[in-house]
Amino acid sequence: MDATCREKMEREFPSTLPGDDVRQIMWRYADRFDIQMAVQSARGLARGLIARLVADGQRNTHEWNPRKEELLTAFDETGLTTIFMDPEEGGFIEGPKNLALGLVAFELSWVDGGAATCSLASNLALSPIHEKGTPEQKLFYMSRCVPPQPGEERKIWRGAFALTEPLPYVGVDTGVVSGKMRIAEWPEGGEPILHIDKRGRFITNMDFANFVTAAVDSDDERIKGSCMIILEEDDPGLFDRGAPTLKMVHQLSSTRDPVLSLRVPASRIIGGYTVKDGVIIPNYNHGEVIESVFRRTRVPVGLMTSAKLVSAVEPIIRYQRSRFRGGAAGSPGSPRHDLGLQQKEDAVQRLAEVWASGEAGSSLGFAALRLLDEFDPVEREKERLLAEQGVAGARAQMKLFKKLEQEALEYLELAAHNEAGRENPRLQELAGNPLIRFLVLEAQANVLCPGCKLWNTGQGATMMREAVSLMGGYGITEDCPGFLFQKWTDAQLEATYEGPEAVQRRQLSITMTNELFLAQFRQWLQELRGVAATHPGIGAGAVATAMELWLSTLEFIRKSKDADGKPLFHSQRHGVVFPLADALCWLLACRYQILDVLELEQKGPENPVLAEGLAGFVTFFSDLAATQAGRAAGETARICAELVYGFGREGEQVPEQEEFSRLRQQLDLSLAGSRLAKDRAAEALTKITIPEILDYPI
Amino acid sequence: MSTGFHIVVCGSLVPDPLQTLNPVQGANGPGLKNELMLPAVLDPFAAHSLYEAANLAKKMPGSKIWLVSLGNKAKLQQLMMTIAQKVAFELVPLDGPASGFTDSFEVAAALAAAIDKLANLDRSRLLLFGGCASASRDAGVTLQMVGERLGILDQFLAVDELKLQEDGSLRILERIEGGQYQVSACAGPPAVLAWATGNLPEPPNNPQIGMQNMRVIMPALQKAQPAPVAAPGVTFASVTLPAQQRQTRVVKDVPVEEIAKEIVAWIKE
Repeated sequence: MDATCREKMEREFPSTLPGDDVRQIMWRYADRFDIQMAVQSARGLARGLIARLVADGQRNTHEWNPRKEELLTAFDETGLTTIFMDPEEGGFIEGPKNLALGLVAFELSWVDGGAATCSLASNLALSPIHEKGTPEQKLFYMSRCVPPQPGEERKIWRGAFALTEPLPYVGVDTGVVSGKMRIAEWPEGGEPILHIDKRGRFITNMDFANFVTAAVDSDDERIKGSCMIILEEDDPGLFDRGAPTLKMVHQLSSTRDPVLSLRVPASRIIGGYTVKDGVIIPNYNHGEVIESVFRRTRVPVGLMTSAKLVSAVEPIIRYQRSRFRGGAAGSPGSPRHDLGLQQKEDAVQRLAEVWASGEAGSSLGFAALRLLDEFDPVEREKERLLAEQGVAGARAQMKLFKKLEQEALEYLELAAHNEAGRENPRLQELAGNPLIRFLVLEAQANVLCPGCKLWNTGQGATMMREAVSLMGGYGITEDCPGFLFQKWTDAQLEATYEGPEAVQRRQLSITMTNELFLAQFRQWLQELRGVAATHPGIGAGAVATAMELWLSTLEFIRKSKDADGKPLFHSQRHGVVFPLADALCWLLACRYQILDVLELEQKGPENPVLAEGLAGFVTFFSDLAATQAGRAAGETARICAELVYGFGREGEQVPEQEEFSRLRQQLDLSLAGSRLAKDRAAEALTKITIPEILDYPI
Repeated sequence: MSTGFHIVVCGSLVPDPLQTLNPVQGANGPGLKNELMLPAVLDPFAAHSLYEAANLAKKMPGSKIWLVSLGNKAKLQQLMMTIAQKVAFELVPLDGPASGFTDSFEVAAALAAAIDKLANLDRSRLLLFGGCASASRDAGVTLQMVGERLGILDQFLAVDELKLQEDGSLRILERIEGGQYQVSACAGPPAVLAWATGNLPEPPNNPQIGMQNMRVIMPALQKAQPAPVAAPGVTFASVTLPAQQRQTRVVKDVPVEEIAKEIVAWIKE
């Protein structure tokens, strides 16, 4: 028997679709039973009530109605409302909750993205208060948003987050708002009363929100700048919930265009204010609050689209296999009966691509959330230290961080070369500095978060179209199993809200060139080279080479000019920096996908339940990772080649392009095996056992 | 004097019935293909009995619930992430097979031994609950044997309703043939109640209950004693799923009366 034949015989396939045991290891919550329970609660709700609402056609109306209202009670009863809260506020999860919230969003979007948005929107309204609110504001609003306990007589409060405004003019711009605040009265020695005018557009939860956290700008010389402020439904003035937004997607979330004109005490300014020379100065402008909020909330949105891709796999397999059953041709036991469309290579290979893309997005999203869980306490410690040192304001903070950047780079260098067990006093000194830790993690978060939002939703929407097409005409019917058509269109909204794709690309084009990020990126490249040596079939070599090509392209465009003598690298030259940001996202998603497979391989043997199926899962997920790596490397090569050659004049070549050509050729060679991996992944899809029926209605 | 019941619920996991269940012959006898990899749920009849226990405990302050489960402890842990959020109980895990190919006699012995060892269990207040049969093997005898081993002689099978009477006695409805109920009166515990479906919906998940339960459940799972129940001396000659039968005839333009006649004739066959 030759080696190829032996390999073929010994190769294992995944026995079933991956279950909780597999996912808990890959996404790192095997030791968190609080999170596991939240996942089960969300899953039960999604595949029960939420699926029934979709199946009953509740997505066919823009109006919020009693059936949809059942969602809110269900969120309360199953504990999903309180996941955002700390135990002292009535929650049940200690510490940072980014991963938990992301997993809940993933489970809910497995069935319906609108229901997930409905669940997340109250948290979004509370987030400004949670992140920047005064202790009094936190206590007041967080405790009111906890469902009443048995025997407690009170109404639960729900919130809405109002940033977006009607067009023309602002729409959504995190830097500019047309909502206004001015001083209505300021009693001698008393609390100023503000008059707030805010028109909202596309505001989620507006049908039932008891309070709104709104972004407004000063319309009074006695107020400096902008802020976010809390408006309550019973405040004097106009609290008009407005007309329903006529959106075609996410119909299980309430969305209206409110008109708010209210008088509120200045103490509602989120984070408080100070008075200097008769001027009210909010402690945080609206941009600072929003930056802190969106950094966290954008990642679950990215995961919502990835969940759709992974959820599409089972209904598509079932459709493919049963495609010809019941007809005259193909009796039970025949390939036509048992495999149906899965006899055809194209059908299963395209499905493998959909799954690989969903895996990559999930890996990136959950990695970003774990990073945020690590980052949250570090960020709070940073704020405490800066306050202690009297460093106030963005400019002073930037000055301090500029000084610390070199030390942070030194820390990264020492940490990368520190052999296990060797004590390095300088490394320990640097590692013990919370501000350095903050800078290192922030550099990662500032890339991973917009990267996840951009790639997962944008590329996810494209792949979701592919998933719909794999169901043929069935895919575009209302009763398509898995609600694939609805998921496809929902993905388009997910690519848009909380900052559309251009906003994410804009942020990435700035943060991806942070030297602290690039230093870590180079280390990841080396790490993947190591993985490629030990795991040649996982695609790490292709990703590492593509990362090298990406770095080389960045270097090239930073010092090159186009044929007209204009510098290539400029943050406003979107035709250059935006595609480079896109290419980076492909690579990041692949890196985390590979790391998740390695985690499964390493930790899987510790779980006795996985013993019999682990090899099959590791092999399959490695093949999916290699499939995705080949695709990502190809995409990176295409983008980088266009950037390096596309701005030159025809027939002319500069010496730096030769180095690029050499790397490009290496990248082409590194694709070896990626298509074979797709062949294997596709074959596995013909053998994997799926449940008899989908576990939610159609 | 202490009040309330001591309710011991016997119940374990079965593969999620929506999954594809293929019997296979393994080295240690028959089993299901990919059995460990399949998602599991609490055995449905046992689950009903657990919800009934919780309902009863709520009505009788001072009551306590134990859930005695024989199954793979890693699978039990996964199961607890859902079940432990629904009802407050103390888990007594026994680490062993929950397959449909174990022998009821041995399972009953293991369960009874575990119950016998429960600290603080007041036998005079004991209600032994469980499913009237298991979804993985419809033998329908395990709970009676556990009761016998514990010396409980008042046994009620296929119970759908338990009502507490004002005098402290129990009024019990048991399913009998023909869609009828047998109504029994029982003076009080100890008693065995093997539940059918009961009348209660599945309680919603409550993570606060879950967190309280899990603080006790996790250590209990870590200390779970092995319970190597098997079926020594039993040989399974063959195992198959019930065959699906489909007898379809495509006909056109047949009057309704004719169709009705044909159905009646088929039923009479």
